[in-house]
Amino acid sequence: MAITTRGFGGRRAPAEKPLPPGQFLTEDFPVLSAGPTPNVDEAHWQFSVHTESGEVRRWDWAALMAMPVEDVTTDIHCVTRWSRFDTQWRGVSVDAFFEDVESEAEFVMVHSYGGYTTNLPLEDLLDGKAWITFEHGGEPLAPLHGGPVRLIVPHLYFWKSAKWVRGFVMQEHEEPGFWEQNGYHLYGDPWLEQRYA
Amino acid sequence: MTWLVAEVTEIVEVTASARAITLRVPGFRGALAGQHVDLRLTADDGYQAVRSYSLADTALDDVVELAVDRVDDGEVSPYLVDVLEVGDQMEVRGPLGGFFVWRPENVEPVQLIAGGSGIVPLAAMVRARRRAASTAPFRLTYSVRSVADAFFAEELSASAGVDTTWVYTREPPPGHARPAGRLAPADLASTFGPSQDPAVFVCGPTGFVEAAAALLLDAGHDAARIRTERFGGA
Ligand SMILES: Cc1cc2nc3c(=O)[nH]c(=O)nc-3n(C[C@H](O)[C@H](O)[C@H](O)COP(=O)(O)OP(=O)(O)OC[C@H]3O[C@@H](n4cnc5c(N)ncnc54)[C@H](O)[C@@H]3O)c2cc1C
Repeated sequence: MAITTRGFGGRRAPAEKPLPPGQFLTEDFPVLSAGPTPNVDEAHWQFSVHTESGEVRRWDWAALMAMPVEDVTTDIHCVTRWSRFDTQWRGVSVDAFFEDVESEAEFVMVHSYGGYTTNLPLEDLLDGKAWITFEHGGEPLAPLHGGPVRLIVPHLYFWKSAKWVRGFVMQEHEEPGFWEQNGYHLYGDPWLEQRYA
Repeated sequence: MTWLVAEVTEIVEVTASARAITLRVPGFRGALAGQHVDLRLTADDGYQAVRSYSLADTALDDVVELAVDRVDDGEVSPYLVDVLEVGDQMEVRGPLGGFFVWRPENVEPVQLIAGGSGIVPLAAMVRARRRAASTAPFRLTYSVRSVADAFFAEELSASAGVDTTWVYTREPPPGHARPAGRLAPADLASTFGPSQDPAVFVCGPTGFVEAAAALLLDAGHDAARIRTERFGGA
């Protein structure tokens, strides 16, 4: 049944390109986090990839800075319904971290400082679809928005773009991460409006 | 989860800029204290806007109670606060959010910290506690600009078993000992400390939540015990 809300006109932003269903455009950068913002300084930051065979590859800040840097301009879509067009990030493609990693596992559990986790199929992180970033809008990434280092996976709802990222654990089976255990969709495609489980 | 048609059954002024809005939502099947819903408004030409609002009470299964504060340059909240009337319709989806919740079977101490409209889901917890006759010790620290900006002030102050401390950022009432100012380390003196290992719920505008959570961490609270809900804004 189609209902209307008497007296509501709305204030539509002139969208120059389509938005995923149920999203609205904002110029702000709202914050969705389940707990306090962790304080992680660059000197102590580490990133690691753990494979199913128990192997671990590690990078520190200096190693990250030595990797090939890319500038990425992309739209982002948060499950709490805001979207932003043309956000700018600087970071390293996730592909670069997997160059020397031997794994047959098809799923990844992303871990963050502060205990946050989120699950993704590996293929959603590879082939230029995801980055480990450290700058946003030309500035070092603020702690509130995931600094010093945040994963971005722009084609999925932004809760998959884990703030304060510190590692990937390869998994043979898909298991739900933090929000995925708390009511959000296992995969989270904004164009299919996969918000809730 | 589908969109349900909701009809406004009651509107009560809460402050000069906020209203409590009661919706009857056939098909809504109850919620836990702390959860929120998505509201969808549809204009005559089909344009739609959706925003999240916390449940202020979870007493009745097919009734949704909200309290909305006007964000002056906003798209949806000025409509809800200034234009909406009893009998108007909109759509509701929920309940949403499985983490920022208090369950009546929890007996541990609970520390609530609210800024402005961030009291809404915490008021739902206070009400759920009363309804369940829970004896879990609750403390609430509620930061508002002035007495006139407080939501549910009388009810909160009168809640047995809930120890409420007021923080006035701009204009304390006459005789209030604490000077005007934002939440500061000294305000934690009236809260459960880390040694009591409380479950902590912090809610309000994003800047308030950031500041309060940082104070709690500095005071030694375990980050894993602090749950936050950020309403937006700076
Ligand atoms: C889980 C959740 C629960 C919420 N519960 C409640 C609730 O119980 N009561 C309530 O009143 N609001 C609540 N909110 C906020 C609400 O969803 C809207 O963001 C708010 O009503 C503003 O919407 P708008 O359309 O009027 O403003 P918009 O048009 O979306 O925004 C206009 C401007 O206001 C800023 N802004 C947005 N939200 C806020 C804010 N909260 N404070 C200050 N500035 C802001 C924006 O950054 C923007 O610059 C909740 C938000 C979330 C995520």
